[in-house]
Amino acid sequence: MTKYETVIGLEVHLQLATRTKAFCGCSTDFGAHPNSQTCPVCLGFPGSLPVLNEEAFNFAIKVALALGCKIQDLIKFDRKNYYYPDLPKNFQISQYDMPLAYDGFIDITSSGQSKRIRIKRVHMEEDAGKLMHTPGYSLVDYNRSGMPLLEIVTEPDLGSHEEAYDYLTKLKAILRYLKVSDCDMEKGSLRCDANISIRPEGDTKLGVKVEVKNMNSFKNVRSALEYEARRQVSAMGSEEKIVQETRLWDADKEVSNSMRSKEEAEEYRYFPEPDLVPFVVDKRNIENIKSGLPELPEARAERFTKEFAMSEYDAGVITSDIDLAEYFEESARLYKNVKAVANWIMGDIMAALKEKTISIKDARITPAGLTGLLTMIDSGAISGKMAKDVLLEAMDTGIDPKAIVEKRGLSQVNDRGEIEAVVRSVIAGNEKSVNDYKAGKTNALTFLVGQVMKSTKGKANPSIVNDILKKILEGGV
Amino acid sequence: MEKLHALTAHELIASKKSKTEIATSIHERIEAVESKVKAFVRINNTSSAGTSGVLSGIPVLIKDNICVSGEETTCSSRILTDFKPPYDATVVKKLKAAGAYLIGKSNMDEFAFGSSCETSCYGPTRNPWDLDRIPGGSSGGSAAAVAADETIMAIGSDTGGSIRQPAALCGVVGMKPTYGRVSRYGLIAFASSLDQIGPITKDVEDAALLLGVIAGYDEMDSTSVDMPVPDYKRSLVKDVKGLRIGVPKEYFIKGIDKDVEASVRKAIGVLKDLGAEIKDITLPHTEYAVATYYIVAPAEASSNLARFDGVQYGLRDKGARNIIDMYIKSRSEGFGNEAKRRILLGTYCLSTGYYDAYYLKAQKVRTKIREDFDRAFKDCDVIITPTSPTPAFKIGERMNDPLSMYLSDIFTIPANLAGLPAISVPCGLTAGALPIGLQIMAKPFDEETMLRAAYTFEQSTEHHKLKPKL
Repeated sequence: MTKYETVIGLEVHLQLATRTKAFCGCSTDFGAHPNSQTCPVCLGFPGSLPVLNEEAFNFAIKVALALGCKIQDLIKFDRKNYYYPDLPKNFQISQYDMPLAYDGFIDITSSGQSKRIRIKRVHMEEDAGKLMHTPGYSLVDYNRSGMPLLEIVTEPDLGSHEEAYDYLTKLKAILRYLKVSDCDMEKGSLRCDANISIRPEGDTKLGVKVEVKNMNSFKNVRSALEYEARRQVSAMGSEEKIVQETRLWDADKEVSNSMRSKEEAEEYRYFPEPDLVPFVVDKRNIENIKSGLPELPEARAERFTKEFAMSEYDAGVITSDIDLAEYFEESARLYKNVKAVANWIMGDIMAALKEKTISIKDARITPAGLTGLLTMIDSGAISGKMAKDVLLEAMDTGIDPKAIVEKRGLSQVNDRGEIEAVVRSVIAGNEKSVNDYKAGKTNALTFLVGQVMKSTKGKANPSIVNDILKKILEGGV
Repeated sequence: MEKLHALTAHELIASKKSKTEIATSIHERIEAVESKVKAFVRINNTSSAGTSGVLSGIPVLIKDNICVSGEETTCSSRILTDFKPPYDATVVKKLKAAGAYLIGKSNMDEFAFGSSCETSCYGPTRNPWDLDRIPGGSSGGSAAAVAADETIMAIGSDTGGSIRQPAALCGVVGMKPTYGRVSRYGLIAFASSLDQIGPITKDVEDAALLLGVIAGYDEMDSTSVDMPVPDYKRSLVKDVKGLRIGVPKEYFIKGIDKDVEASVRKAIGVLKDLGAEIKDITLPHTEYAVATYYIVAPAEASSNLARFDGVQYGLRDKGARNIIDMYIKSRSEGFGNEAKRRILLGTYCLSTGYYDAYYLKAQKVRTKIREDFDRAFKDCDVIITPTSPTPAFKIGERMNDPLSMYLSDIFTIPANLAGLPAISVPCGLTAGALPIGLQIMAKPFDEETMLRAAYTFEQSTEHHKLKPKL
């Protein structure tokens, strides 16, 4: 049977987090009352004219440079003409034959393999409004109209749904380090469409390409592409033909459905936007932006491995998100056992964040709080097990771990006399277990330790309990 | 009562008449002749003119494609029925700040598509010199109103001659400034790379005065140019000694009206007698200008007019069953024939498979035309031509012959394609007593030399003093 390989190219639309829209002075705040953030320009009113937002342009350049792209010498905008009620001018200001930047790359690691994904082009455009359909009529909210978008297009270099997922994860990490977008797919500030085809393994010719849209999370992208590759392979094995078409992913049913075929594809009549004069890029500005680029995930991971003697894997996980990396670094500066910090962040903290589906920024435990907690473990003030509970409570309530420990009287009991008294009463009340232990059944000890812990409500220092128990049982004291 | 309406703006300013006296006189004149001329689409009876500013109390008529906040602005098209812009065009802001009395909106060819004012949804404006004839277009209402003394000054827009050609045909002064000299913000776009707002006035001095008010960089218009605005009054000097005037042979072609050619030649003679140096020049790509224009302009127009879809404002067909139906019905009812013709032309030129052959080719020819001028201006300071090959034609005469209509702009289109400043000044009457215009073009942003030549010619002749008998 023929083996097939998958070929995927991704198009990401990124909403740039500028203060104002791409071509007017309207606010870009999310969630405002419908049509409250509009003006004649973003409403496309007759006579209004666009003026390029310098901040949006600089953000775009920042992304282009971080992706290793070449920057166009002459910046030109074009009109993409099509009719849709959410598009107030019935054309979109975009960039057609001369994208702002081109020929970049992102290196990803997928299933342990590193791979270079080439970026074909990065271009600026404006967003459209939002339609809300109700029976009998539709409403338009133009608050989003004219928001600055950046389209980032890869070459067809992605070989699987997993690689697509890893590419998006890496891209998002970079974009978040650049602080140019919140990259929130649910809010629509990052959108992704995919082109996918299959071909017999080893072939160089590309197969018939299918466009998949409407995937509103990275996981959806992964599932949709896995589904589509499977669908195409089974189509190859049957009479069914793969046709060039656009398919929409239905996340609930986990299937994709055909939206339109190539025959119905639109004619956009691109031509240069006459209202925006092409301009020559100011090389000094590019240099300034370049030198002002922040440390990116890869560089930071490398630094962490050196500075904190971390494993590459740990450094990779910790630096995959800028907030996490900054949280870690701040914690590591407050506390000498970096390995412990990394373990706690990558273990309990990340698990809790995942469960609550929040980010570290919303976790409510500060680096100082976390390292304070670790210091309490070190001094024996609390046990590791207690610390896990305190951590969760701190993350829920925002109360400092030390305060939680004090309030709940959780401090560990280290007083040998106090513990010995409890141990003796447990021994007195569990004659059978004591005899079992003396008969050589060592797991009876575990039971007795448990009984002591129970009596002290978990506060007794377990190693002291162990120590005293053994001494009494073996010494026959 | 003194006929204040017959005066120029600078004469009225010097007369120190009150704004009420001026307004009264103008409204009496409108009352008397507007029913014949039909230059206005809306008359503003209540003056909100300021008491300070260089144009304090001076009536200025605004072409109906320029936005005035809260006032209906329709481009003389059904599709913009009841459209009231929520903002002022930059020129309107400047005029208000200068104290002008915005007396109303003037009739025009629908969306400025035309050279006769006949494609207006309100019906044609008439030429004050002969009411059976067209006033020219598309700023026909503005030019006719100035000629008929129904306003003191007017604002027009010029994409391929829409200020200069009607000014010539109505016997008044009309100027298209350099592309980028006047902000286009608030001018409802026809062809964005060609459109420019400019003055239509009774004499050159008023044109200089009005240009000084409306010119200047505007951060709302990326195509406006950040250059200081000179004091144009300083150009009002009667002196052309040593001025090098180019006369291109391509502008004296077969088919040009005999009286027009004779008057323009005579005008060149006048300037020569005043000490100007006359040079025969050639602008070899002139013959391609009209064809180039009728690709570039409709292409841009087809995109600019896409927004008139009935969604947010203007005409919407209430019986439409779905969005496509709404687009089709609203646009079919809303646009006139010429608008439809140009939208189709432009859409075709931009379509896949035709783009390179039409739009791209036209842009290349446009560059050639610009280079013709660059070359010519190495040896001359201004270029003089007729404004229009013929005087005003009869209403209805060319309506069914778009090509002959398009050729009315054969001498004015090149200045738009090259972005040059150009002015039309009266230079006589035909045997049939119809006005003839002389066009003076200059280098980009050299309105000063252009105004000096125009002023010298005007002040050395009496043509601008002729008035139609209404």
